[in-house]
Amino acid sequence: MRNAFAEELTNLAKENESIFLLSGDIGNKLFDKYKENDASRFLNCGVAEQNMMSMSAGMASVGMKPIVYTITSFLTARCWEQIKVDIGYNKLPVIIVGVGGGLSYAELGPTHHSCEDIGLLKLIPNMTILCPGDAYEVRALLRAALKHDGPIFMRIGKKGEPLVHQSIPEITIGKSLVVKEGNEVCLLSVGNMLPSVMKAAEILNAKGISTQVVSVHTVKPLDRESLQKYFSEFKIVATVEEHNIIGGLGSSIAEWLINTPSSKAKLICMGLPDLFHESLHQESAREKYNLTPESIAERIINFGNN
Amino acid sequence: MDFSELKLITNRMRGSLIEMSHRAKGAHLGSSLSCVDILAVLYWNILNLDPKNPTDPIRDRFILSKGHAAAALYTTLAYRGFFPIELLETYGKTGSCLPEHPGRFCVPGVEVATGSLGHGLPIGLGMATAARIKKYPFRVFVLMSDGECNEGSVWEAAMLAASTKTDNLIAFIDYNKWQATGRSKEIMALEPLKQKWESFGWDAYEINGNDLESIYYTIKSAISNTGKPKIIIANTIKGKGVSFMEDDNNWHYRIPNEEEVIKSKMELGL
Repeated sequence: MRNAFAEELTNLAKENESIFLLSGDIGNKLFDKYKENDASRFLNCGVAEQNMMSMSAGMASVGMKPIVYTITSFLTARCWEQIKVDIGYNKLPVIIVGVGGGLSYAELGPTHHSCEDIGLLKLIPNMTILCPGDAYEVRALLRAALKHDGPIFMRIGKKGEPLVHQSIPEITIGKSLVVKEGNEVCLLSVGNMLPSVMKAAEILNAKGISTQVVSVHTVKPLDRESLQKYFSEFKIVATVEEHNIIGGLGSSIAEWLINTPSSKAKLICMGLPDLFHESLHQESAREKYNLTPESIAERIINFGNN
Repeated sequence: MDFSELKLITNRMRGSLIEMSHRAKGAHLGSSLSCVDILAVLYWNILNLDPKNPTDPIRDRFILSKGHAAAALYTTLAYRGFFPIELLETYGKTGSCLPEHPGRFCVPGVEVATGSLGHGLPIGLGMATAARIKKYPFRVFVLMSDGECNEGSVWEAAMLAASTKTDNLIAFIDYNKWQATGRSKEIMALEPLKQKWESFGWDAYEINGNDLESIYYTIKSAISNTGKPKIIIANTIKGKGVSFMEDDNNWHYRIPNEEEVIKSKMELGL
Protein backbone atom coordinates (compact mmCIF):
# COMPACT_ATOMS: atom_id res chain seq x y z
CA MET A 1 0.00 0.00 0.00
CA ARG A 2 2.76 2.46 0.85
CA ASN A 3 4.36 2.17 -2.59
CA ALA A 4 0.99 2.82 -4.23
CA PHE A 5 0.53 5.82 -1.94
CA ALA A 6 3.93 7.27 -2.86
CA GLU A 7 3.43 6.67 -6.57
CA GLU A 8 -0.08 8.08 -6.67
CA LEU A 9 0.95 11.09 -4.61
CA THR A 10 3.86 11.77 -6.95
CA ASN A 11 1.49 11.78 -9.92
CA LEU A 12 -1.12 13.91 -8.18
CA ALA A 13 1.50 16.44 -7.05
CA LYS A 14 2.38 17.06 -10.70
CA GLU A 15 -1.19 18.22 -11.33
CA ASN A 16 -1.89 19.91 -8.01
CA GLU A 17 0.62 22.51 -6.88
CA SER A 18 -0.99 22.85 -3.46
CA ILE A 19 0.11 19.38 -2.38
CA PHE A 20 2.87 19.45 0.23
CA LEU A 21 4.31 16.36 1.89
CA LEU A 22 5.53 16.44 5.48
CA SER A 23 7.37 13.37 6.66
CA GLY A 24 8.42 12.39 10.16
CA ASP A 25 11.91 11.26 9.20
CA ILE A 26 10.81 8.15 7.33
CA GLY A 27 10.26 7.12 3.73
CA ASN A 28 13.43 8.67 2.40
CA LYS A 29 13.82 6.46 -0.67
CA LEU A 30 10.07 6.02 -0.95
CA PHE A 31 9.64 9.65 -1.94
CA ASP A 32 12.65 10.01 -4.23
CA LYS A 33 10.45 10.35 -7.31
CA TYR A 34 8.15 12.79 -5.54
CA LYS A 35 11.19 14.92 -4.71
CA GLU A 36 12.55 14.61 -8.25
CA ASN A 37 9.35 16.28 -9.41
CA ASP A 38 9.47 19.13 -6.87
CA ALA A 39 11.72 18.91 -3.85
CA SER A 40 10.44 22.25 -2.56
CA ARG A 41 7.11 20.61 -1.69
CA PHE A 42 8.66 17.99 0.61
CA LEU A 43 9.84 18.59 4.14
CA ASN A 44 11.43 16.12 6.48
CA CYS A 45 10.14 17.47 9.78
CA GLY A 46 12.40 15.26 11.85
CA VAL A 47 11.29 13.14 14.77
CA ALA A 48 8.92 15.81 16.05
CA GLU A 49 5.35 14.79 15.34
CA GLN A 50 3.64 17.47 17.43
CA ASN A 51 5.31 20.25 15.48
CA MET A 52 4.72 18.47 12.17
CA MET A 53 1.02 18.12 12.84
CA SER A 54 0.49 21.75 13.89
CA MET A 55 2.60 22.94 10.96
CA SER A 56 0.34 21.09 8.55
CA ALA A 57 -2.64 22.93 10.05
CA GLY A 58 -0.90 26.26 9.50
CA MET A 59 -0.17 25.33 5.89
CA ALA A 60 -3.76 24.24 5.25
CA SER A 61 -5.02 27.54 6.65
CA VAL A 62 -3.09 29.28 3.87
CA GLY A 63 -4.70 27.13 1.16
CA MET A 64 -2.21 24.30 0.79
CA LYS A 65 -3.08 20.58 0.81
CA PRO A 66 -0.64 19.17 3.35
CA ILE A 67 -0.17 15.44 3.65
CA VAL A 68 1.45 14.30 6.87
CA TYR A 69 3.14 10.93 6.77
CA THR A 70 4.81 8.70 9.30
CA ILE A 71 4.30 5.48 11.27
CA THR A 72 0.71 5.32 12.49
CA SER A 73 1.46 4.84 16.16
CA PHE A 74 3.55 8.03 16.27
CA LEU A 75 1.21 9.98 14.03
CA THR A 76 -1.91 9.54 16.11
CA ALA A 77 -1.37 8.90 19.81
CA ARG A 78 1.68 11.10 20.28
CA CYS A 79 0.18 14.22 18.73
CA TRP A 80 -3.49 13.56 19.31
CA GLU A 81 -4.11 16.96 20.87
CA GLN A 82 -2.55 18.73 17.87
CA ILE A 83 -4.89 16.74 15.63
CA LYS A 84 -7.87 17.53 17.84
CA VAL A 85 -7.29 21.26 18.23
CA ASP A 86 -5.26 22.45 15.26
CA ILE A 87 -6.80 20.26 12.59
CA GLY A 88 -10.15 19.03 13.96
CA TYR A 89 -11.36 22.12 15.80
CA ASN A 90 -10.04 24.48 13.14
CA LYS A 91 -11.61 22.17 10.51
CA LEU A 92 -8.61 22.29 8.22
CA PRO A 93 -8.15 20.01 5.20
CA VAL A 94 -5.05 18.11 6.28
CA ILE A 95 -4.59 14.51 5.13
CA ILE A 96 -2.91 12.45 7.85
CA VAL A 97 -1.51 9.23 6.41
CA GLY A 98 -0.40 6.60 8.88
CA VAL A 99 1.70 3.73 7.57
CA GLY A 100 1.72 0.44 9.43
CA GLY A 101 -1.82 0.44 10.79
CA GLY A 102 -2.92 -2.38 13.10
CA LEU A 103 -0.30 -5.09 13.41
CA SER A 104 1.55 -4.30 10.18
CA TYR A 105 4.65 -3.86 12.33
CA ALA A 106 3.70 -6.70 14.69
CA GLU A 107 7.26 -7.95 15.07
CA LEU A 108 8.47 -4.53 16.27
CA GLY A 109 6.56 -4.75 19.53
CA PRO A 110 3.77 -2.78 21.17
CA THR A 111 5.48 0.62 20.72
CA HIS A 112 4.94 0.18 16.99
CA HIS A 113 1.55 -1.49 17.10
CA SER A 114 -1.35 0.71 16.17
CA CYS A 115 -4.47 -0.97 17.42
CA GLU A 116 -6.19 2.07 18.91
CA ASP A 117 -5.74 4.69 16.18
CA ILE A 118 -9.23 4.43 14.69
CA GLY A 119 -10.79 4.74 18.13
CA LEU A 120 -8.64 7.73 19.04
CA LEU A 121 -9.33 9.67 15.87
CA LYS A 122 -12.98 8.70 15.72
CA LEU A 123 -13.49 10.82 18.84
CA ILE A 124 -12.44 14.00 17.04
CA PRO A 125 -15.36 15.91 15.51
CA ASN A 126 -14.98 16.82 11.80
CA MET A 127 -12.58 13.88 11.28
CA THR A 128 -13.05 11.49 8.38
CA ILE A 129 -11.35 8.11 8.74
CA LEU A 130 -10.32 6.14 5.67
CA CYS A 131 -9.04 2.57 5.67
CA PRO A 132 -8.24 1.39 2.14
CA GLY A 133 -8.50 -2.34 1.54
CA ASP A 134 -5.75 -2.68 -1.07
CA ALA A 135 -3.34 -0.60 -3.12
CA TYR A 136 -6.03 0.32 -5.66
CA GLU A 137 -8.25 1.63 -2.88
CA VAL A 138 -5.28 3.65 -1.60
CA ARG A 139 -5.07 5.39 -4.95
CA ALA A 140 -8.82 5.98 -5.23
CA LEU A 141 -9.12 7.29 -1.67
CA LEU A 142 -6.10 9.56 -1.97
CA ARG A 143 -7.68 11.17 -5.03
CA ALA A 144 -10.98 11.58 -3.19
CA ALA A 145 -9.25 12.87 -0.05
CA LEU A 146 -7.61 15.69 -1.98
CA LYS A 147 -11.05 16.91 -3.02
CA HIS A 148 -12.45 16.67 0.49
CA ASP A 149 -12.83 19.88 2.47
CA GLY A 150 -11.97 18.75 5.98
CA PRO A 151 -9.56 16.70 8.07
CA ILE A 152 -8.79 13.14 6.99
CA PHE A 153 -6.97 10.27 8.61
CA MET A 154 -5.95 7.52 6.21
CA ARG A 155 -4.70 4.28 7.72
CA ILE A 156 -2.60 2.23 5.34
CA GLY A 157 -0.70 -1.04 5.76
CA LYS A 158 2.91 -1.49 4.72
CA LYS A 159 4.01 -3.07 1.45
CA GLY A 160 3.22 -6.19 -0.46
CA GLU A 161 -0.41 -6.70 0.55
CA PRO A 162 -2.34 -8.77 -2.05
CA LEU A 163 -4.51 -6.86 -4.51
CA VAL A 164 -8.25 -7.45 -4.38
CA HIS A 165 -9.44 -5.10 -7.10
CA GLN A 166 -8.39 -5.44 -10.75
CA SER A 167 -8.15 -1.69 -11.24
CA ILE A 168 -8.83 1.54 -9.37
CA PRO A 169 -12.44 1.26 -8.15
CA GLU A 170 -14.92 4.11 -8.16
CA ILE A 171 -15.05 5.24 -4.58
CA THR A 172 -17.05 7.85 -2.72
CA ILE A 173 -15.93 8.85 0.76
CA GLY A 174 -18.64 7.78 3.19
CA LYS A 175 -20.15 5.07 0.97
CA SER A 176 -19.05 1.51 1.62
CA LEU A 177 -17.99 -0.57 -1.37
CA VAL A 178 -19.52 -3.96 -2.16
CA VAL A 179 -16.65 -6.06 -3.49
CA LYS A 180 -18.43 -9.42 -3.72
CA GLU A 181 -22.16 -9.97 -3.65
CA GLY A 182 -24.04 -12.53 -1.54
CA ASN A 183 -27.28 -12.82 0.39
CA GLU A 184 -26.86 -14.63 3.73
CA VAL A 185 -23.77 -13.32 5.46
CA CYS A 186 -22.34 -9.85 5.03
CA LEU A 187 -18.67 -9.38 5.97
CA LEU A 188 -17.69 -5.77 6.60
CA SER A 189 -13.95 -5.51 6.12
CA VAL A 190 -11.81 -2.69 7.44
CA GLY A 191 -8.62 -1.74 5.60
CA ASN A 192 -5.90 -4.34 5.26
CA MET A 193 -8.17 -7.22 6.32
CA LEU A 194 -9.82 -7.18 2.87
CA PRO A 195 -7.73 -9.95 1.20
CA SER A 196 -8.33 -12.30 4.17
CA VAL A 197 -12.03 -11.45 4.25
CA MET A 198 -12.29 -12.24 0.52
CA LYS A 199 -10.75 -15.65 1.17
CA ALA A 200 -13.09 -16.23 4.11
CA ALA A 201 -16.01 -15.50 1.80
CA GLU A 202 -14.70 -18.07 -0.69
CA ILE A 203 -14.59 -20.69 2.07
CA LEU A 204 -18.12 -19.82 3.17
CA ASN A 205 -19.49 -19.82 -0.37
CA ALA A 206 -17.86 -23.23 -0.97
CA LYS A 207 -19.81 -24.48 2.02
CA GLY A 208 -23.03 -23.15 0.53
CA ILE A 209 -23.27 -19.98 2.63
CA SER A 210 -23.80 -17.07 0.31
CA THR A 211 -21.45 -14.37 1.54
CA GLN A 212 -21.14 -10.73 0.61
CA VAL A 213 -17.93 -8.76 1.16
CA VAL A 214 -17.98 -5.02 1.71
CA SER A 215 -14.91 -2.84 2.01
CA VAL A 216 -15.79 -0.27 4.64
CA HIS A 217 -13.08 2.08 3.50
CA THR A 218 -14.73 4.95 5.38
CA VAL A 219 -15.04 4.11 9.06
CA LYS A 220 -16.15 7.61 9.94
CA PRO A 221 -18.67 8.92 9.05
CA LEU A 222 -20.64 5.69 9.23
CA ASP A 223 -22.48 4.75 6.07
CA ARG A 224 -25.79 4.48 7.92
CA GLU A 225 -27.87 4.13 4.78
CA SER A 226 -25.99 1.01 3.65
CA LEU A 227 -25.88 -0.41 7.18
CA GLN A 228 -29.67 -0.17 7.33
CA LYS A 229 -29.78 -2.22 4.14
CA TYR A 230 -27.23 -4.83 5.27
CA PHE A 231 -28.93 -5.33 8.62
CA SER A 232 -32.36 -5.71 7.05
CA GLU A 233 -31.28 -8.07 4.23
CA PHE A 234 -28.75 -10.44 5.86
CA LYS A 235 -28.91 -12.97 8.68
CA ILE A 236 -25.41 -12.21 9.94
CA VAL A 237 -23.32 -9.07 9.60
CA ALA A 238 -19.71 -9.35 10.79
CA THR A 239 -17.04 -6.67 11.12
CA VAL A 240 -13.43 -7.71 10.64
CA GLU A 241 -10.64 -5.35 11.60
CA GLU A 242 -7.04 -5.34 12.74
CA HIS A 243 -7.81 -2.99 15.62
CA ASN A 244 -8.68 -3.24 19.28
CA ILE A 245 -12.20 -4.61 19.52
CA ILE A 246 -12.89 -1.49 21.58
CA GLY A 247 -13.21 1.63 19.47
CA GLY A 248 -13.14 0.27 15.92
CA LEU A 249 -15.81 -0.15 13.27
CA GLY A 250 -17.49 -2.96 15.22
CA SER A 251 -18.08 -0.75 18.22
CA SER A 252 -19.32 2.12 16.03
CA ILE A 253 -21.85 -0.21 14.45
CA ALA A 254 -22.86 -1.64 17.83
CA GLU A 255 -23.54 1.90 19.06
CA TRP A 256 -25.59 2.61 15.96
CA LEU A 257 -27.38 -0.73 16.15
CA ILE A 258 -28.62 -0.25 19.69
CA ASN A 259 -30.64 2.70 18.40
CA THR A 260 -31.87 0.73 15.38
CA PRO A 261 -34.00 -1.97 17.01
CA SER A 262 -35.80 -3.15 13.87
CA SER A 263 -32.65 -4.73 12.41
CA LYS A 264 -32.90 -8.35 11.37
CA ALA A 265 -29.24 -9.37 11.27
CA LYS A 266 -27.06 -10.40 14.21
CA LEU A 267 -23.76 -8.56 14.58
CA ILE A 268 -20.42 -10.30 15.12
CA CYS A 269 -17.39 -8.11 15.85
CA MET A 270 -14.00 -9.60 15.02
CA GLY A 271 -10.88 -7.72 16.01
CA LEU A 272 -7.98 -7.75 18.43
CA PRO A 273 -8.40 -8.32 22.15
CA ASP A 274 -7.81 -5.42 24.52
CA LEU A 275 -4.19 -6.33 25.22
CA PHE A 276 -0.64 -5.25 24.51
CA HIS A 277 0.50 -7.89 22.06
CA GLU A 278 3.81 -9.68 22.23
CA SER A 279 6.26 -9.31 19.34
CA LEU A 280 5.25 -11.72 16.65
CA HIS A 281 4.76 -11.62 12.91
CA GLN A 282 1.54 -10.26 11.48
CA GLU A 283 0.52 -13.66 10.13
CA SER A 284 1.11 -15.32 13.51
CA ALA A 285 -0.81 -12.55 15.24
CA ARG A 286 -3.76 -13.11 12.93
CA GLU A 287 -3.62 -16.83 13.66
CA LYS A 288 -3.47 -16.19 17.37
CA TYR A 289 -6.41 -13.82 17.34
CA ASN A 290 -8.59 -15.77 14.89
CA LEU A 291 -8.34 -13.32 12.02
CA THR A 292 -7.18 -15.76 9.31
CA PRO A 293 -9.64 -16.57 6.50
CA GLU A 294 -10.23 -19.99 8.00
CA SER A 295 -10.89 -18.61 11.47
CA ILE A 296 -13.20 -15.89 10.17
CA ALA A 297 -15.23 -18.50 8.22
CA GLU A 298 -15.29 -20.85 11.18
CA ARG A 299 -16.56 -18.17 13.54
CA ILE A 300 -19.39 -17.37 11.13
CA ILE A 301 -20.34 -21.02 10.80
CA ASN A 302 -20.22 -21.59 14.57
CA PHE A 303 -22.30 -18.50 15.19
CA GLY A 304 -24.86 -19.69 12.64
CA ASN A 305 -25.06 -23.10 14.31
CA ASN A 306 -25.75 -21.64 17.76
CA MET B 1 0.13 56.02 14.63
CA ASP B 2 2.35 58.08 16.88
CA PHE B 3 3.29 56.65 20.24
CA SER B 4 1.45 59.17 22.44
CA GLU B 5 -1.80 58.42 20.64
CA LEU B 6 -1.10 54.71 20.85
CA LYS B 7 -0.44 55.04 24.58
CA LEU B 8 -3.95 56.47 25.04
CA ILE B 9 -5.41 53.52 23.14
CA THR B 10 -3.54 51.04 25.33
CA ASN B 11 -4.99 52.71 28.42
CA ARG B 12 -8.49 52.40 27.03
CA MET B 13 -7.82 48.79 26.06
CA ARG B 14 -6.64 48.03 29.59
CA GLY B 15 -9.80 49.65 30.95
CA SER B 16 -11.92 47.43 28.70
CA LEU B 17 -10.00 44.34 29.79
CA ILE B 18 -10.64 45.06 33.46
CA GLU B 19 -14.34 45.61 32.82
CA MET B 20 -14.57 42.43 30.74
CA SER B 21 -12.91 40.34 33.44
CA HIS B 22 -15.23 41.80 36.08
CA ARG B 23 -18.38 41.35 33.98
CA ALA B 24 -17.62 37.81 32.74
CA LYS B 25 -15.81 36.70 35.91
CA GLY B 26 -13.08 35.77 33.46
CA ALA B 27 -9.60 34.87 34.67
CA HIS B 28 -6.18 35.66 33.20
CA LEU B 29 -6.48 39.42 33.57
CA GLY B 30 -2.82 39.78 34.60
CA SER B 31 -1.72 37.81 31.53
CA SER B 32 -3.83 40.00 29.25
CA LEU B 33 -2.59 43.26 30.72
CA SER B 34 1.06 42.31 30.23
CA CYS B 35 0.82 41.91 26.45
CA VAL B 36 -1.37 44.89 25.50
CA ASP B 37 1.55 47.03 24.34
CA ILE B 38 2.91 44.34 22.02
CA LEU B 39 -0.52 43.87 20.49
CA ALA B 40 -1.02 47.60 20.05
CA VAL B 41 2.29 48.13 18.24
CA LEU B 42 1.66 45.15 15.99
CA TYR B 43 -1.93 45.98 15.05
CA TRP B 44 -1.49 49.73 14.59
CA ASN B 45 2.05 50.08 13.31
CA ILE B 46 3.40 46.80 11.94
CA LEU B 47 0.91 44.28 10.58
CA ASN B 48 -0.14 44.51 6.97
CA LEU B 49 -3.86 44.02 7.68
CA ASP B 50 -7.09 45.58 6.55
CA PRO B 51 -9.96 45.24 9.06
CA LYS B 52 -12.36 45.58 6.12
CA ASN B 53 -10.73 42.66 4.31
CA PRO B 54 -9.71 40.29 7.12
CA THR B 55 -9.29 37.22 4.89
CA ASP B 56 -7.01 38.79 2.29
CA PRO B 57 -4.70 35.88 1.30
CA ILE B 58 -1.58 38.02 1.54
CA ARG B 59 -2.35 39.59 4.93
CA ASP B 60 0.23 39.27 7.66
CA ARG B 61 -0.76 36.58 10.15
CA PHE B 62 -0.85 37.04 13.90
CA ILE B 63 -1.31 34.11 16.28
CA LEU B 64 -2.03 34.64 19.95
CA SER B 65 -0.42 31.42 21.07
CA LYS B 66 -1.05 32.32 24.72
CA GLY B 67 -4.75 31.89 24.07
CA HIS B 68 -5.66 32.53 27.71
CA ALA B 69 -5.10 36.22 26.92
CA ALA B 70 -7.94 36.07 24.39
CA ALA B 71 -9.56 39.15 25.93
CA ALA B 72 -6.49 41.17 24.96
CA LEU B 73 -6.74 39.97 21.37
CA TYR B 74 -10.48 40.69 21.17
CA THR B 75 -9.95 44.16 22.61
CA THR B 76 -7.20 44.87 20.10
CA LEU B 77 -9.30 43.68 17.17
CA ALA B 78 -12.30 45.67 18.34
CA TYR B 79 -10.37 48.90 18.82
CA ARG B 80 -8.63 48.35 15.48
CA GLY B 81 -12.00 48.13 13.73
CA PHE B 82 -12.43 44.43 13.00
CA PHE B 83 -15.77 44.41 14.84
CA PRO B 84 -17.79 46.85 17.00
CA ILE B 85 -16.33 47.65 20.42
CA GLU B 86 -19.78 47.04 21.99
CA LEU B 87 -19.39 43.34 21.21
CA LEU B 88 -16.74 43.15 23.94
CA GLU B 89 -19.62 43.35 26.44
CA THR B 90 -20.59 39.80 25.46
CA TYR B 91 -17.14 38.36 26.28
CA GLY B 92 -17.35 35.04 28.10
CA LYS B 93 -21.15 34.90 28.07
CA THR B 94 -23.06 31.82 26.96
CA GLY B 95 -23.49 31.90 23.20
CA SER B 96 -21.02 34.75 22.73
CA CYS B 97 -18.67 34.78 19.76
CA LEU B 98 -15.96 35.84 22.22
CA PRO B 99 -15.18 32.74 24.29
CA GLU B 100 -12.50 32.82 27.00
CA HIS B 101 -10.15 31.06 24.59
CA PRO B 102 -10.46 32.03 20.92
CA GLY B 103 -11.84 29.85 18.12
CA ARG B 104 -10.76 30.22 14.50
CA PHE B 105 -12.67 33.11 12.91
CA CYS B 106 -14.92 33.34 16.00
CA VAL B 107 -14.69 37.01 15.08
CA PRO B 108 -12.90 38.47 12.06
CA GLY B 109 -9.16 38.56 12.65
CA VAL B 110 -8.72 35.44 14.80
CA GLU B 111 -6.62 33.18 12.60
CA VAL B 112 -6.61 29.93 14.61
CA ALA B 113 -7.95 28.47 17.82
CA THR B 114 -5.57 28.64 20.75
CA GLY B 115 -5.80 27.92 24.44
CA SER B 116 -3.70 24.81 24.75
CA LEU B 117 -0.13 26.07 24.95
CA GLY B 118 2.64 25.15 22.54
CA HIS B 119 0.55 25.14 19.39
CA GLY B 120 1.00 28.65 18.03
CA LEU B 121 4.65 28.54 17.03
CA PRO B 122 4.32 25.27 15.05
CA ILE B 123 1.18 26.57 13.33
CA GLY B 124 2.95 29.84 12.57
CA LEU B 125 5.87 27.90 11.11
CA GLY B 126 3.41 26.11 8.84
CA MET B 127 1.89 29.40 7.70
CA ALA B 128 5.31 30.93 7.08
CA THR B 129 6.38 27.85 5.12
CA ALA B 130 3.21 28.02 3.02
CA ALA B 131 3.93 31.67 2.27
CA ARG B 132 7.34 30.66 0.90
CA ILE B 133 5.87 27.92 -1.30
CA LYS B 134 3.03 30.09 -2.57
CA LYS B 135 5.35 33.10 -2.97
CA TYR B 136 3.08 35.20 -0.78
CA PRO B 137 4.85 38.19 0.77
CA PHE B 138 3.28 37.91 4.23
CA ARG B 139 4.98 37.55 7.59
CA VAL B 140 3.81 35.52 10.56
CA PHE B 141 3.89 36.91 14.10
CA VAL B 142 3.37 34.61 17.09
CA LEU B 143 2.95 35.73 20.69
CA MET B 144 3.80 33.14 23.33
CA SER B 145 3.96 33.26 27.10
CA ASP B 146 7.02 32.42 29.18
CA GLY B 147 5.23 29.49 30.84
CA GLU B 148 4.42 28.24 27.35
CA CYS B 149 8.13 27.61 26.79
CA ASN B 150 7.70 24.61 29.12
CA GLU B 151 6.09 22.83 26.16
CA GLY B 152 8.37 20.62 24.08
CA SER B 153 6.50 21.46 20.89
CA VAL B 154 7.83 25.04 21.11
CA TRP B 155 11.36 23.72 20.85
CA GLU B 156 10.47 21.26 18.09
CA ALA B 157 9.27 24.22 16.04
CA ALA B 158 12.29 26.28 17.07
CA MET B 159 14.69 23.67 15.68
CA LEU B 160 12.83 23.18 12.41
CA ALA B 161 12.34 26.91 11.79
CA ALA B 162 16.09 27.38 12.15
CA SER B 163 17.02 24.52 9.84
CA THR B 164 14.59 25.78 7.20
CA LYS B 165 15.80 29.40 7.68
CA THR B 166 12.22 30.57 7.99
CA ASP B 167 12.88 34.29 8.28
CA ASN B 168 9.29 35.46 7.78
CA LEU B 169 8.48 34.05 11.22
CA ILE B 170 8.72 36.52 14.10
CA ALA B 171 7.89 35.29 17.60
CA PHE B 172 7.50 37.11 20.89
CA ILE B 173 7.70 35.86 24.42
CA ASP B 174 5.60 37.87 26.81
CA TYR B 175 8.14 37.38 29.58
CA ASN B 176 6.13 38.56 32.58
CA LYS B 177 8.10 36.19 34.84
CA TRP B 178 5.08 34.30 36.11
CA GLN B 179 3.19 31.22 35.09
CA ALA B 180 0.00 29.92 36.68
CA THR B 181 1.44 28.84 40.00
CA GLY B 182 4.87 30.39 40.34
CA ARG B 183 7.92 32.13 38.93
CA SER B 184 8.53 30.88 35.40
CA LYS B 185 12.31 30.71 35.73
CA GLU B 186 12.02 28.61 38.90
CA ILE B 187 9.42 26.04 37.79
CA MET B 188 11.55 25.05 34.81
CA ALA B 189 15.06 26.16 33.91
CA LEU B 190 14.00 28.88 31.50
CA GLU B 191 17.12 31.01 31.77
CA PRO B 192 19.24 32.00 30.02
CA LEU B 193 16.30 32.49 27.67
CA LYS B 194 17.86 34.72 25.03
CA GLN B 195 20.92 32.51 24.74
CA LYS B 196 18.68 29.44 24.52
CA TRP B 197 16.97 30.83 21.45
CA GLU B 198 20.27 31.97 19.94
CA SER B 199 21.69 28.51 20.44
CA PHE B 200 18.63 27.13 18.65
CA GLY B 201 19.59 29.22 15.62
CA TRP B 202 17.30 32.21 16.03
CA ASP B 203 17.99 35.94 15.89
CA ALA B 204 17.14 36.91 19.45
CA TYR B 205 16.33 40.33 20.90
CA GLU B 206 15.53 41.34 24.44
CA ILE B 207 13.49 44.47 25.17
CA ASN B 208 11.16 46.22 27.57
CA GLY B 209 7.91 44.72 26.33
CA ASN B 210 5.75 47.42 27.86
CA ASP B 211 7.57 50.23 26.03
CA LEU B 212 5.84 51.03 22.75
CA GLU B 213 8.85 52.63 21.05
CA SER B 214 11.20 49.84 22.08
CA ILE B 215 8.76 47.23 20.74
CA TYR B 216 8.33 49.07 17.45
CA TYR B 217 11.98 49.75 16.69
CA THR B 218 13.03 46.23 17.67
CA ILE B 219 10.47 44.68 15.33
CA LYS B 220 11.58 46.99 12.53
CA SER B 221 15.18 46.02 13.05
CA ALA B 222 14.38 42.30 13.38
CA ILE B 223 12.37 42.06 10.18
CA SER B 224 15.09 43.75 8.15
CA ASN B 225 17.45 40.85 8.93
CA THR B 226 17.15 37.79 6.71
CA GLY B 227 18.12 34.15 6.90
CA LYS B 228 16.89 33.31 10.40
CA PRO B 229 13.64 33.20 12.35
CA LYS B 230 13.41 35.91 14.99
CA ILE B 231 12.44 35.93 18.63
CA ILE B 232 11.76 39.04 20.66
CA ILE B 233 11.91 38.39 24.38
CA ALA B 234 9.66 41.07 25.75
CA ASN B 235 10.29 41.73 29.44
CA THR B 236 6.87 42.72 30.70
CA ILE B 237 5.05 43.15 33.98
CA LYS B 238 2.11 40.91 34.70
CA GLY B 239 -0.91 43.10 35.46
CA LYS B 240 0.82 46.10 33.82
CA GLY B 241 -0.97 49.42 34.20
CA VAL B 242 -2.70 48.89 37.54
CA SER B 243 -0.49 49.40 40.60
CA PHE B 244 -2.14 46.82 42.82
CA MET B 245 -2.11 44.16 40.10
CA GLU B 246 1.44 44.62 38.84
CA ASP B 247 3.70 41.62 39.42
CA ASP B 248 1.12 40.03 41.73
CA ASN B 249 0.40 36.55 40.42
CA ASN B 250 -2.91 36.37 42.26
CA TRP B 251 -4.23 38.20 39.21
CA HIS B 252 -3.61 35.16 37.06
CA TYR B 253 -6.98 33.93 38.29
CA ARG B 254 -8.45 36.68 40.45
CA ILE B 255 -11.45 38.69 39.23
CA PRO B 256 -11.62 42.42 40.05
CA ASN B 257 -14.61 43.55 42.10
CA GLU B 258 -16.54 46.74 41.39
CA GLU B 259 -14.41 48.90 43.63
CA GLU B 260 -11.21 47.55 42.04
CA VAL B 261 -12.59 48.29 38.58
CA ILE B 262 -13.20 51.92 39.53
CA LYS B 263 -9.79 52.26 41.15
CA SER B 264 -8.03 50.67 38.15
CA LYS B 265 -9.76 52.93 35.66
CA MET B 266 -8.81 56.00 37.67
CA GLU B 267 -5.19 54.91 37.61
CA LEU B 268 -5.43 54.53 33.86
CA GLY B 269 -6.85 58.04 33.54
CA LEU B 270 -10.21 56.77 32.33
